[in-house]
Amino acid sequence: MALLEVDNLSKSFGGVTAVQNVSFAVDRGLVYSVIGPNGAGKTTLFNLITGVYTPTEGDIRLDGQSIAGVEPHALALKGMARTFQNLQICMNMTALENVMVGAHLQLDRNLIKAMLRFPGIARRDSELKDQAHELMRFVGLERYWNLGASSMPYGALKRLEIARALAAKPQILFLDEPAAGLNSMETGEIDELVRKVAGNDVTVVLVEHDMKMVMNISDRILVLDYGKKLTEGTAKEVRENPDVIAAYLGSNV
Amino acid sequence: MSVLKRQYPLMILAGVLLLLPLVLPNNYYYDIAIRMAINAIIVLGLNLLIGFAGQISLGHAGFVGVGAYASAILPSQFGWHPLLAMGAGAAIASTIAAIVARPIFRLKGHYLAMATLGLGIIIAIVIKNEAAYTGGPDGMPVAPLGLMGFEISGEKQWYWVLAAILLFSFWAARNLIDSPFGRALRALHGSEVASQVMGVDVVRYKVTIFVLSAFFASLMGSVTAHYIGFVTPNIADFFHSIELMTMVVVGGMASIYGSLIGAVLLTALPQALSTFEGWETVAFGSILILCMIFMPKGLVPTLAARFGRNGQEDR
Amino acid sequence: MFSQFLQFLFSGITVGATYALAALGFTLIYNASNVINFAQGEFIMLGGMLAFYFMQSGLSLPLALLLAIAIPAVVGVLFEKLAIEPARDAEVVTLIIITIGASLVIRGLIQIWLGKGAHSYPAFSGSEPIQIGGATLLPQSLWVLGITALVVVALWYFFSRTLAGKAILATSCNPLAAQLVGINTQWVLLVSFALSAALGAIGGVLLTPITLTSYDVGIMLGLKGFVAVVVGGLGSGLGAVVGGLLVGIIEAMAAGYISSAYKDAIPFILILFILFFMPRGIFGAQVTERV
Ligand SMILES: Nc1ncnc2c1ncn2[C@@H]1O[C@H](COP(=O)(O)OP(=O)(O)O)[C@@H](O)[C@H]1O
Ligand SMILES: [Mg+2]
Repeated sequence: MALLEVDNLSKSFGGVTAVQNVSFAVDRGLVYSVIGPNGAGKTTLFNLITGVYTPTEGDIRLDGQSIAGVEPHALALKGMARTFQNLQICMNMTALENVMVGAHLQLDRNLIKAMLRFPGIARRDSELKDQAHELMRFVGLERYWNLGASSMPYGALKRLEIARALAAKPQILFLDEPAAGLNSMETGEIDELVRKVAGNDVTVVLVEHDMKMVMNISDRILVLDYGKKLTEGTAKEVRENPDVIAAYLGSNV
Repeated sequence: MSVLKRQYPLMILAGVLLLLPLVLPNNYYYDIAIRMAINAIIVLGLNLLIGFAGQISLGHAGFVGVGAYASAILPSQFGWHPLLAMGAGAAIASTIAAIVARPIFRLKGHYLAMATLGLGIIIAIVIKNEAAYTGGPDGMPVAPLGLMGFEISGEKQWYWVLAAILLFSFWAARNLIDSPFGRALRALHGSEVASQVMGVDVVRYKVTIFVLSAFFASLMGSVTAHYIGFVTPNIADFFHSIELMTMVVVGGMASIYGSLIGAVLLTALPQALSTFEGWETVAFGSILILCMIFMPKGLVPTLAARFGRNGQEDR
Repeated sequence: MFSQFLQFLFSGITVGATYALAALGFTLIYNASNVINFAQGEFIMLGGMLAFYFMQSGLSLPLALLLAIAIPAVVGVLFEKLAIEPARDAEVVTLIIITIGASLVIRGLIQIWLGKGAHSYPAFSGSEPIQIGGATLLPQSLWVLGITALVVVALWYFFSRTLAGKAILATSCNPLAAQLVGINTQWVLLVSFALSAALGAIGGVLLTPITLTSYDVGIMLGLKGFVAVVVGGLGSGLGAVVGGLLVGIIEAMAAGYISSAYKDAIPFILILFILFFMPRGIFGAQVTERV
């Protein structure tokens, strides 16, 4: 059984149908990419799967269990994590604290114990600090660890989002345009990072405009256009599909 | 960070509280110090809500009023032990907060401001109208607070009681902020959607911190009532809510010791201005506006940022 | 029986009209700047207090009324320029606090200048009550309703038929796009604040002969106008008018049939009820926040 199954999913905002009857399945351990022109509905699709929006119609299953309409925090508990196309960093915190928020569910969140500073809480928190540190090294941000997020450059924040998502130890990770706005060297580094993550047994669902990166690392690719599924297949199949070339790739590849 | 360094400001505070009696010339100054401490504790709770979690309450005085009147009414008219009455007041305030907060926190933006404002006004109106229990607009006397045959009385005794509560509150607040719970609270302020997808049950956290701040406001309402020995409906009115919020804002949103500084400064201000009534209102209003424009982070974080500290907010 | 109901209805729609004007003021500013202006009630107070002051100093009724509406409009502009503009990009909490600060300043200054007493002035055209179905209607109520209706029509015309009105609407939809097509959004903000302050003042000027005024009436009137906004649905002009009348009527009915002591609490019970069960009010739009 596929890890993630999306079944006839639709979402409309007033008059606009941003996602329309989209179905696909993602097998465990793959890098699965979603591509399509701006406004095709990729981000909306991510928002639907991760519970940020409720579907107008259709079903989503994780491990065979329906998760359509389940709240995001409950999905995090099921091993789902994501990053955001428009950065969603907590600018009121340090970089390290941002990463630590990712591990929220692995900690004791009891209010009373926290106020009285039970020894277990402090100990676990300092262990977590080390792990978060390690993760920042993993994504290449070690030199920022003590800095406020608001004073970090854009490219670093993109990676901070990934580190935070990884801190949750997800089984499936959604990356929404992780390389958007980065130069080609930084894009190369993200490419490498995504490979490393995928190598660690995390299923990756990727939205990305950089075709070189997508074609290189994706096991399968879903193409959206105006909210509808245009085609789905391996990089080779997608590249050779005439509809795709007409709608989207023609000018890029 | 070592425990020592983390609680450095707390130790300074303890030192100041210990030495203060050496320089306080008479009961008038003790009285001001006590009022400052009471406000500081309420403001600390409110700051957890407004500054750290980024939610607003425009009716917090309502909760102070609930505690004050529980301590006034239950012992004198129903024969309850004052401590039990204090607990009951806090329980009632927390319950009201929880009932209102659950549905409201599902909404975003201005709605909490509206709901808390309405709630505060309703509480104030109930207190004014139920004269049979509350004495109406004239207020009512409050029995002294006795503990196992010992009765707290006089400014000096109250000073030490409040010093102890103050230290405990600031210690506990610091711990809370440095815990996973506190981190989640700050995170949902920074980005609600990000904290949600990282597993933070945003509504639950907002409700919890709202209830906690209502709980402390009610407790301090009870303490105020016992200390002064008399309560009037003013304690629950809209202007008092605004005063409390001003203290948060001036001292510094999301700054624990900002709460203390804000409470100290603005408790002193009405004493200084007490002869001009209208000017007090104008002063409060101007402080709010000027602070928000020129120092939106408040006194303590702004000063902390100016004197180094790596640009990170002081908490 | 029916006459009593009618009586409550009359007093309800009279104050309701004032709430509607305040609610329109809230809506104007909210749409133009996303600010909930907690100082809105102070403009109602200013209108009444200034009209009282100018009449007492011997000015003719029309001139006194004109000044009592024009001065608050200027105050509204100053408020925008001095307090709102410098904090344009601030958080919601910050902006709310600024408007609360402004309301305290206005109220305090009026208290210092005109004292704490309650004031009134004669109704515009006598106070001989009109008998309708066993209930009495004050001529001043007709003034309130008539002028409110006129104002609503004028606003409707302004927003749907004039370029200036459309510019304001465009700015509220998308400030950046409005700026790109050459609308002076700065100007839009100023006009919105002036207009909204004038609306509040009109309400105050009209209502004062019926209900008295003093330096501190602004809070309650403003807050009730605000309840009207929530009832009608944040951002909707039609909602503001319907909400205002509804709040006025419900308040009057509840005061008459249930308890007059709790008259002032009723709008706030209403607001909690609305927020619990229909948070978008009657005419508010459903939006999904973009991520
Ligand atoms: N919260 C929302 N409210 C209204 N329309 C939205 C919302 N989110 C997305 N849309 C619309 O849905 C369509 C798809 O947007 P999006 O999913 O962001 O596309 P992509 O990520 O592929 O560029 C666009 O027309 C966009 O304007
Ligand atoms: Mg997108």
